[in-house]
Amino acid sequence: MFIRLVTVALIVLTIIISHSFPWLKTPVIFSLCNGLAVLGVIVLIRAGQVSFGHAMYSCAAGYMVVFLARAYQLDGLLLIGLATSVATVFSALLGLFIVRYRGIFFGMLNLAFSMVLYSIISKFTTITGGTDGLSFTRPPLAGFVLERDAFETALLYVVLACALICGLLAQRYFESAPGQSLAAIKTNETRLEYLGISAKHVFWMGYLFSGFLAGLGGSLFAIAQGLVTPEAGYWVRSGEFVFIAILGGSGHAIGAYLGAFIFEFVRFYAAALLTGAWQITLGTVLIVIIFLAPEGLVGMLTRFRLPARR
Amino acid sequence: MNQTLLKTTGLSLSFGGVTACDGIDFELTEGERLAIVGQNGAGKTTFVNICTGYLTPSAGQVFFDGEDITGLSPRKITRRGVARSFQIPQIFAEHTVRECLLIAASARRDKLGFFRSIDRSVDVASVDETLKLVQLSQRSHLQARLLPEGQRKLLDVAMALVLNPRLLIMDEPTSGVSSEEKHGLMETLMQALSERNVTSIFVEHDFEIVARYATRIAAWIAGKIAADGPPKQVLEDPEVIRNVIGG
Repeated sequence: MFIRLVTVALIVLTIIISHSFPWLKTPVIFSLCNGLAVLGVIVLIRAGQVSFGHAMYSCAAGYMVVFLARAYQLDGLLLIGLATSVATVFSALLGLFIVRYRGIFFGMLNLAFSMVLYSIISKFTTITGGTDGLSFTRPPLAGFVLERDAFETALLYVVLACALICGLLAQRYFESAPGQSLAAIKTNETRLEYLGISAKHVFWMGYLFSGFLAGLGGSLFAIAQGLVTPEAGYWVRSGEFVFIAILGGSGHAIGAYLGAFIFEFVRFYAAALLTGAWQITLGTVLIVIIFLAPEGLVGMLTRFRLPARR
Repeated sequence: MNQTLLKTTGLSLSFGGVTACDGIDFELTEGERLAIVGQNGAGKTTFVNICTGYLTPSAGQVFFDGEDITGLSPRKITRRGVARSFQIPQIFAEHTVRECLLIAASARRDKLGFFRSIDRSVDVASVDETLKLVQLSQRSHLQARLLPEGQRKLLDVAMALVLNPRLLIMDEPTSGVSSEEKHGLMETLMQALSERNVTSIFVEHDFEIVARYATRIAAWIAGKIAADGPPKQVLEDPEVIRNVIGG
């Protein structure tokens, strides 16, 4: 109940802030897009696995948006759907190989694949625009050709709806049999096999879902920005996702969005107030969170909600 | 007449120079409660590990209900109706006791809702019944890692039991459990097995437990079955007394 109240408060706050301070609309959209990708990382963290390369799915979806937008001038919603599907299929295929590994090997394999993608995008300048990336004109949204401000407002609601639906779906997944089995991988994979459950299949399904979330976040981000660069798939970006996941906590889907908001706004204001030292501020925030709430912001919230399981 | 549930023919496996299974020919009939006894290194756990798919024999075959299951993965063997518990309880430490059983119960189904709560997608009644059977109902919302050793053993068995197996193999169910708790634990386990009509094999070092709860004993010596029969007969066998019980 407490988490639900926080969720509703967060949605209301998002809408109020965006309308009261229009210049904050873009950071809010970016926060929600990042939150979606972070939710993908959190799915894997629940299995005790950390991906240091998940930005590749956001990046792949982002480039798919650009390619399709430049080639066919499709509707924004269609672009999001197609690009997310491509990222999901991409994660399904890579997942077949990657889910065989655990721990540091899993993390580094994701990193390795993401860097291969980053290199390919950076080098194939004629197709990808190289390190400058590719831009595209603002697409129509649900058939409407909108001016910048109206487009941003409409996109905010699209992103908010996606974030809400995906948050609910992720939470349902965490509480389902495949989701609980995924969490069991963290503590006892052997037992899963001796129950007749394929740990590899369970993990692959989780990986697929996380790829979908990262892809959706990436495609929305691309639409919001109107530009995609290889930086979207760089390892630093993947590191940010992990950073936000730790900040928010993996105990509940809302952790992804809370973490993403804190990250985006600390960065936003730290960059404005402490130019050149915003990383120190972010680092300090993470250290404080780790010391005060090892289970992230969600851990802090659930402490209010539940007595300890003892 | 009860039918043969588990059968092995010429089962062999060596680890370097140590022969853990040396041409084991064995049959288990439905309804039996077999105790496997033997000194450490006699090959008891190796036999269990082969029958449950953890190890592949170098020679010989394992049949379950007439089907050759030699070399199948633990998952496939479990799905055919052979469940096991472990010497060191294999539980999901960060889940609650109830969640552990819900996950186990979910394994009985081939398809599960990706976005459907586990409470609604599995047979919750059987989970609650099993919790009651192993006397863990009062602890159902406790994290599994917080249980004392005896109850962790019970949970380990309960997770196997909720699968509705035809054969349950328990590796040293009373090891690590205090002598005061042992009999209570075995009493609870055996009652649960009787109520579910599950055929069982248990590896055990405590001969008092074996004499009390087994309907048949197989004594292992150096990778071979040295004696096999009713408890009284095996426990009075001079070779068993000399090499297994110690006398």
